[in-house]
Amino acid sequence: MSGLLFQAFVYLVAAVVAVPVAKRLGLGSVLGYLIAGIVIGPALGLVGSETHEIQHFAEFGVVMMLFIVGLELEPQALWRMRSRLVGFGGLQVLLTTAVITAGGLLLQLRWPTALAVGLILALSSTAIVLQTLNEKGLASTEGGRTGFAILLFQDIAVIPMLALIPLLALPELAASHLADAGSEGSHAAMSLVDGLPPSQYALVVLGAIAFVVLAGHFLSRPLFRFISAARLREIFTATALLLIIGIALLMTLVDLSPALGTFLAGVVLANSEFRHELESDIEPFKGLLLGLFFITVGAGIDFGFLFGNAATVVGLTLAVMAAKALVLFALARLFGLQAPDGWMVTLGLAQAGEFGFVLLSFSLQNGVLPDELVKTLSLVVAMSMLLTPVSFIVLEKLIRPRLRGAAAADADDIDEQGTVVIAGIGRFGQIVNRLLVADGVRTVVLDHEAEIIDTVRQAGIKTYFGDASRPDLLHAAGIESASVFVVAIDDQKRAVEMVEHVHRHYPGVKILARAFDINHLYLLKNAGCDVAVREVFDGSLRIGAEALRALGVHPFRVEKMVDAFRRHDLEGLRHLYELWDRDRAISENRAFLARAKEHGETLRERMISDRMQQHDRTERGWTPPPKGYVDALSE
Amino acid sequence: MRILVLFAHPAIERSEVNRPLAEATARIEGVSLVDLYAEYPDLRIDIDREQERLQSHDVIVFMHPLYWYSTPAILKEWQDLVLEYGFAYGEGGTALAGKIFFNAITAGGAEAAYCAQGYNQFTLRQLLYPIEQTARLCGMTYLAPFALYSSRTAYEEGRIEAHIADWQRVLSALRHERLDIETARGLEKLNGDLDAILKDSDR
Repeated sequence: MSGLLFQAFVYLVAAVVAVPVAKRLGLGSVLGYLIAGIVIGPALGLVGSETHEIQHFAEFGVVMMLFIVGLELEPQALWRMRSRLVGFGGLQVLLTTAVITAGGLLLQLRWPTALAVGLILALSSTAIVLQTLNEKGLASTEGGRTGFAILLFQDIAVIPMLALIPLLALPELAASHLADAGSEGSHAAMSLVDGLPPSQYALVVLGAIAFVVLAGHFLSRPLFRFISAARLREIFTATALLLIIGIALLMTLVDLSPALGTFLAGVVLANSEFRHELESDIEPFKGLLLGLFFITVGAGIDFGFLFGNAATVVGLTLAVMAAKALVLFALARLFGLQAPDGWMVTLGLAQAGEFGFVLLSFSLQNGVLPDELVKTLSLVVAMSMLLTPVSFIVLEKLIRPRLRGAAAADADDIDEQGTVVIAGIGRFGQIVNRLLVADGVRTVVLDHEAEIIDTVRQAGIKTYFGDASRPDLLHAAGIESASVFVVAIDDQKRAVEMVEHVHRHYPGVKILARAFDINHLYLLKNAGCDVAVREVFDGSLRIGAEALRALGVHPFRVEKMVDAFRRHDLEGLRHLYELWDRDRAISENRAFLARAKEHGETLRERMISDRMQQHDRTERGWTPPPKGYVDALSE
Repeated sequence: MRILVLFAHPAIERSEVNRPLAEATARIEGVSLVDLYAEYPDLRIDIDREQERLQSHDVIVFMHPLYWYSTPAILKEWQDLVLEYGFAYGEGGTALAGKIFFNAITAGGAEAAYCAQGYNQFTLRQLLYPIEQTARLCGMTYLAPFALYSSRTAYEEGRIEAHIADWQRVLSALRHERLDIETARGLEKLNGDLDAILKDSDR
């Protein structure tokens, strides 16, 4: 127990110290984790060989990340990127494999070995690249989306690779590893499809995928509704985890990539009202596991072996990255990507990836690659991952500034622009939303009452389930890319907290809020709200106006009085704010009440008096000149 | 001289000429551009603010498309409200005396339509008599309108850029007092022959 606590302590300290420092220095979190790993592993020796096991566990972070990526990608969006996915992604894997295989042949490797190496190194690191793109806000640029398409294709390509690699086994290696495989319990230890003929295997695989899609579509909603009705947050989180682990398990049983399965489930759930809630529940697990994964990559670097073969490892790493970058660059040109996007893909995806580790140990078990080569290549993969944050820095500091001049006119094409996040879709939020949607504005609506969501969903308003006062949920709803945040909930205290949070963390977002009364309005303003409107003010004023009209006052005069009243009231709000004291109820604030009374008395005066001729002051603009004025003019 | 351009266009998103013209105006130093429909979307004009603006400028311009031979509604409302007795005219109403005033107009009809023989029967300057007289009663110097005719096809015919360039020349000349005010008062339109009214260095 104490050993476990000590390990957890070491990993957490490393992360807590290294990551903020790395981010402050502009290196990004991934490099921070990697450095933390190097420090606690090879440098200080605080953690040892167990990192390998932990790494397997931490790879689950990738699975969760793809689930979240899927959640953010609606099926229609996936369909739109099909040409990039298959065309760019497919060509990238094919050409990179070919180039690296050719390189291997030049280095006197035998062709099956060279081909296996080519396949393994053609993959890039989904974990590093997606994490970095998100962190730098590049995910929804053209380059970011292309990069994502390539990574997704690679994840799919792992499946045929797992089938292909054992066929490349070298007879003499295979013989020596056969014994190990038996004792270790190989990759396929838990498999439903072991030994099935190909046709039946395909059937089982299709069945599993169909199960995920259909269950996600039809079963998930009643299930989540049932769970959310219990109003226990941790049970919802548990359900989300159960969902992901269950799918990952199912995929492993049929020899499919768990990451692919959860990605698929994410896409199926992308249209669900529970999407943001799921996302914010999984997000912390994903983040921590990915961080752990990066730490283990750093910690797993065998510096003894590295220094012994420094020239080889460094040379190979640079050669591999150059080859991958070259292929990506050529394809970016071929697919007509703009220069900044092309460079982002070229430099961003030039590393080898975490699946490389998986495939390397898989190849070792199957007698495809010799021990020494696997050791060298593991280092090459780790080194190239270590260099990725560096190449992103090169991209940002050296290449983008230079291109900016040339491509200043077409800014990054970010598709989630000008959205409005609305918290609360009761009577108030509905009207706000209707107006905005009618004008073609993209809104994201959140509410925590499952019943209201059901009702408004039937009216065609897309609403997500979740408590909008939770920062993680606001984040999942895309608050940082929103232009406006509307607080339309009726819980006064939570409304103020929400305003405070958004104002502090997202200063670029304009905040509009529904206020209950003057006191609440001041509280909201104090919390950083840009516009606060008393919820019944306009309605009451309208009824007052209708009453005047019913009494026979000329309609236009009524409108002028309403206008004068409104201006007078706003002036009062401004004056009274000086005397307002957040710690004292207004009913006990004597100075405030006195000033309010005084100001109230000026209203009558304002409506009746006129500065020149006892005309109604609201009619100032239409006041005729004094009688007899014309006589003076014609003199 | 400080120039105030009061701009009125109720459907700016559909505008082809006035919008680029207003944008170009906003970029010129020493010129204040007020988008009246943006500032008073409910037509409730703040009289005090507008009067202060008038007092802090020497040249006042109404910039607008010609609507029924006059200004868009908000500019009429602006006149009714802002040009108060005792401020703009009448006893003690000398706040505007000596300032320069003119319209910058886009008109849909062809120039030839604005004459006794044309279907509009009157020249543009004649149609603007009520505004000219308003300016006169307020003691302002009224100049001929800066006008673009056939504005509906100006975009297709590529006439907008030249028009904006002329506008910039006029504003710059006014600002540095190099516009021949006497000649400009008597013209049919200000931009008929700019070289004739711009002094030396603006030619």
